[in-house]
Amino acid sequence: MIHNVLQLLEKNAISDPEKIALRDENDSVTYREYHEYTRRIGTYIAHRCNCRNKPVAVFIDRTIHSIMSFMGIAYSGNFYVPIDPTMPKDRIDLIFGTLNPVMIIACGTNALTEEYDTVPFTEAAEAKIDELLLKTIREDSLDVDPLYSIFTSGSTGVPKGVLTSHRSVLDLVGAFQDAFSFPKESVFGNQAPFDFDGSNKDIYNALNCGGTVQIVPKKYFKMPKLLVDFLRDRKVTSLIWVVSALRIVADFQALDEAEPLNLENVMFSGEVMPVKSLNYWMEHVPGARYVNLYGPTEITCNCSYYVVERRYANDETLPIGKAFRNSRVFLMNEQGQKITEKNQMGEICVAGSCLALGYWNAPEVTSRAFINDPMVPEYSARIYKTGDLGFYNDRNELMFVSRKDNQVKHMGHRIELGEIEVALNSIDLITIACCVYDKEHEKIVCFYQSKEADQERQIALEMMKKLPKYMCPNVYIRYDRLPMNKNGKIDRVKLKESLKEQ
Amino acid sequence: MDQLIEIMSRIRPDIDFMTATTLIDDDLLDSFDIIAIVGEVNHEFDVEINVNDLLPENFNSASALYELIKKLQEED
Repeated sequence: MIHNVLQLLEKNAISDPEKIALRDENDSVTYREYHEYTRRIGTYIAHRCNCRNKPVAVFIDRTIHSIMSFMGIAYSGNFYVPIDPTMPKDRIDLIFGTLNPVMIIACGTNALTEEYDTVPFTEAAEAKIDELLLKTIREDSLDVDPLYSIFTSGSTGVPKGVLTSHRSVLDLVGAFQDAFSFPKESVFGNQAPFDFDGSNKDIYNALNCGGTVQIVPKKYFKMPKLLVDFLRDRKVTSLIWVVSALRIVADFQALDEAEPLNLENVMFSGEVMPVKSLNYWMEHVPGARYVNLYGPTEITCNCSYYVVERRYANDETLPIGKAFRNSRVFLMNEQGQKITEKNQMGEICVAGSCLALGYWNAPEVTSRAFINDPMVPEYSARIYKTGDLGFYNDRNELMFVSRKDNQVKHMGHRIELGEIEVALNSIDLITIACCVYDKEHEKIVCFYQSKEADQERQIALEMMKKLPKYMCPNVYIRYDRLPMNKNGKIDRVKLKESLKEQ
Repeated sequence: MDQLIEIMSRIRPDIDFMTATTLIDDDLLDSFDIIAIVGEVNHEFDVEINVNDLLPENFNSASALYELIKKLQEED
């Protein structure tokens, strides 16, 4: 049985040693080299820190060194924690306060080597492999041992480290393979930064199918024409990207004059995909399979998926579909009972091997989000409450509605802000929009981004065509660009705060 | 040129656009900044920067972008 992700690497190193496994802009390694370097790093760490299942932080960059550091840490029997060195130092210190890393590996030149006690990647990668030591570590390892921890922002202001096991990642790639059958010729164009859990889909799906990870440098997402050329030159076959990255290409119409792309898969997650952006892609890359993926970091990337089977209208919402195999996705009402009726809303809850081990060094936060299924008191049946609300539509597809805390009561009506947002985002004048509820003034406030200013009136008129008047925003605030958080989602927290200041 | 510097500074007050010459190469601007700058420039200078103009050499400095704007205005 495969119980450790490194077995996937070892399988490819034997069956396809000279195949390119990882590639960035300037550099690449074969599976043989990948296997060699990561065992050296594993030996280096294990010699220096005689410990297991402890955090080793990595100051990441956008090169193959970052991924090799991760696997090297796994060889040492510890778990990796990707840290973006361009974050404010205060936030890094806050994370390290919770984490207490036993070592920090620094990739690249931007890695705060003067402020923290770091080990350069190049030093660790020069160690001599101690086969016996690595064998002992492997024999002692369990599939439920942690593989990585990804820090996400916490509502209290202290970031939470979601701790994920080998088992969960193996479960994820197995489910993806069952659903999508990636061939070994697959080249995954990695967009997601390595401190974002989406990047694991590229790293581990490639390992599982024997394919290649092609890291796409950040700069191309500013220069969408060059991005398209890069994807074509590097023969990328699958994109598993956040919605905002796909939107950049659509917003600049970067595929209009470009030579066609030979993509097999265009998959997206992170927020609701505006249908007009999706339709742009579907028109210009008609041969690809389009998949809407859903799930928070706590359930290891994604627990449900929807393969787009038909053309959607701009004011429709894509389903988040059905559960991946071996994930149970269900709806729970406020009383802790399962909802089985269609069109009835509940909190999306998830059970299965995909569940994270919890939050590192934060037992209280863990016990609030990961609970025992209230309907199953007889044994330990852990579930994760996502805080997302959804329902099953008439086709029995799961639909995402909004965050649990985004429901508002306005003028006696119960309103889901998500529904207003779908309407706003279907308007051509609007690039992207979101709304918040200003409780103090009892107003629905729409924050939107558009190419042209002074079009509030037209937008309001459009909205009145789409929604009952009580659901139409009372205030429109235009932004040249809406603030985005680190994960490329609209920063609602910042927008809400801006209301207080006005 | 002053108007352009003002637009860019409004979007990224933390960058000195008078001196910066590696806005793209050193990842000083992110993709959302570019989208915002393009939107503003198109609006305020009445030009249409399209996807083919989105190249590092046009966006690495304010003066390079200003040259692009002048070129687009002359083409009109």
